[in-house]
Amino acid sequence: MRKTVAVRDLAVSKKAGRPRKSANFTAILMLAPFLLAYLLFFIFPTLRAVQLSLTDSTLTETGPFVGLANYVQLLGDADFWAALRNTGFFALLTVIPTTLVGLVMALAVHRLVRAKNFVQALFFLPFVLPVSVVTLLWQWILNSSFGIVHALTGSTTSWFGELATAMPTVAVVTIWWTVGFNMLLFIAGLQNISKETYEAASLDGAQGIQVFRYITWPLLWPITTLVLTLQLISSLKIFTQMYLLTGGGPFNSTRVMLQYMYDTAFQNLSGGYASTIAVAFFLIILLVSLVQAALLSRRR
Amino acid sequence: MRRGHVVWPVVATGATFLLGFLWVFPLLWAVLTALKSEQQAVAQSLVWFPNPASFTAFRDVVALGNLPRWYLNSTVTSLVITLVTVALAALAAYAFSQLRFRGKNALLWLFLAGIMIPFEALLIPLFRLMNDLNAVNTYAGIILPQIVSPIAIYVFKNFFDAIPKEIHEAAVVDGASEWRILWRIFVPLSGNVLWAIGIVTFISAWNNFLWPFIITTSPEMMTIPLGLTQVQDAYGVRFARTMATAVLGGLPVVLAYLIFQRRVTEGFLTVTGLKG
Repeated sequence: MRKTVAVRDLAVSKKAGRPRKSANFTAILMLAPFLLAYLLFFIFPTLRAVQLSLTDSTLTETGPFVGLANYVQLLGDADFWAALRNTGFFALLTVIPTTLVGLVMALAVHRLVRAKNFVQALFFLPFVLPVSVVTLLWQWILNSSFGIVHALTGSTTSWFGELATAMPTVAVVTIWWTVGFNMLLFIAGLQNISKETYEAASLDGAQGIQVFRYITWPLLWPITTLVLTLQLISSLKIFTQMYLLTGGGPFNSTRVMLQYMYDTAFQNLSGGYASTIAVAFFLIILLVSLVQAALLSRRR
Repeated sequence: MRRGHVVWPVVATGATFLLGFLWVFPLLWAVLTALKSEQQAVAQSLVWFPNPASFTAFRDVVALGNLPRWYLNSTVTSLVITLVTVALAALAAYAFSQLRFRGKNALLWLFLAGIMIPFEALLIPLFRLMNDLNAVNTYAGIILPQIVSPIAIYVFKNFFDAIPKEIHEAAVVDGASEWRILWRIFVPLSGNVLWAIGIVTFISAWNNFLWPFIITTSPEMMTIPLGLTQVQDAYGVRFARTMATAVLGGLPVVLAYLIFQRRVTEGFLTVTGLKG
């Protein structure tokens, strides 16, 4: 087949650019499988979520249309605002730390001469683990009676069960689990900075920290904004590790937006109101994405 | 001054290795615990190394639990999700990249808008849909919502766009059908992208917790990540067994990563758009 793609054919290639009669039909056939799945499992549920949010539905039965009543209720719902605050607190504890740790790891790994891939693998490995393996590991390590932290420090803190420690501990576990990905992105960024740039800087007399300040850091900035963006969005979506480690406790202090939605739908069986939370959740994510897109495009 | 230049890199390298060791220590500790007896795992004076090492905990976990069934469920669903996702995305991306047809821009816009919608916001309507289709606790119920990946289309389309137009045109002039061009020219050319999307899709599907958590209630239908959360309740305070379960649950992805390390990292970079 590839043999037939010969140079002589290129002479007539202008004609071939015209869409053939059957092109529309072929395109439809090629798009149909994805389009069908997309409409059924993405577009339809999206519209359905909006529609359900305007009704008083249970989890499986559609209830009467109530207009914006759910949205009015949401605005005055202390539990929702608490969940939003908890989500924000988690984002505060993770977004910048995980970006900085990823950057430091990348700088450390990038300058290694030997065993570079090996050390990179050590840092990246947790990222490929399923969330429940991660939570089982840390529940064992931080177990207040038998865990290794207890054995080494004598601490009897119930890390996931106390008000002061629950959220920060989940944040630390999350950073351990996911930071390898940020490191990977930063390493890719570091590899894109050419040797010549560094050589020119050293000819100009830049040394040590100056090279980082004036060369590495500015050239890494696009990656940094990418990492911050991805981190912020993923921290707004936090649910599983929090659910498995604290269950939202103690006293709902770690119950985040998605868990509030999940509890409302699958525990209280209020599908309509839960859909309202889902729409609010989507709007918050959308707002954050748009603000970031605007900030990023202004920099260019 | 000169001495500092020699000492500092050595210290930095040493610190990096130490940090790397500390980073995987939780994994090593889980393996060590899983090889201990229950008495050693909870001994008041810390036992660092299992003495003697035994596979009793692993044996008990496999014999008592649903673990083999969960492996089967995870393998079947992840493989199907990966194959279908890659196939659907490659077909659609080829149409978007190489064919001209009516409504192309509107459709493309509709697909890319999908990237903005978080899957988490669709849980309730998706659950209702699957419930209406009697797909709760079925493979179809686990698989179907996971085969829609606008990002895969986006990555494929970018790759197809970069293939010189002349190749497509020349093949058309030679009378090859679009299907033949896709299958015989574009697919063979896209090996790296296929691997990248395939690996990332497989790992994400294997590790997905949220959707299986919503759609499966019977222990027999659970996937590995979900099943692992069940064993602690079943065993109470059997820590060696719990860690053996965690080790067995993490083993497939750890092995896959160690074997395909470069493919995995390149896959994630490709999907983020940092590598073509």
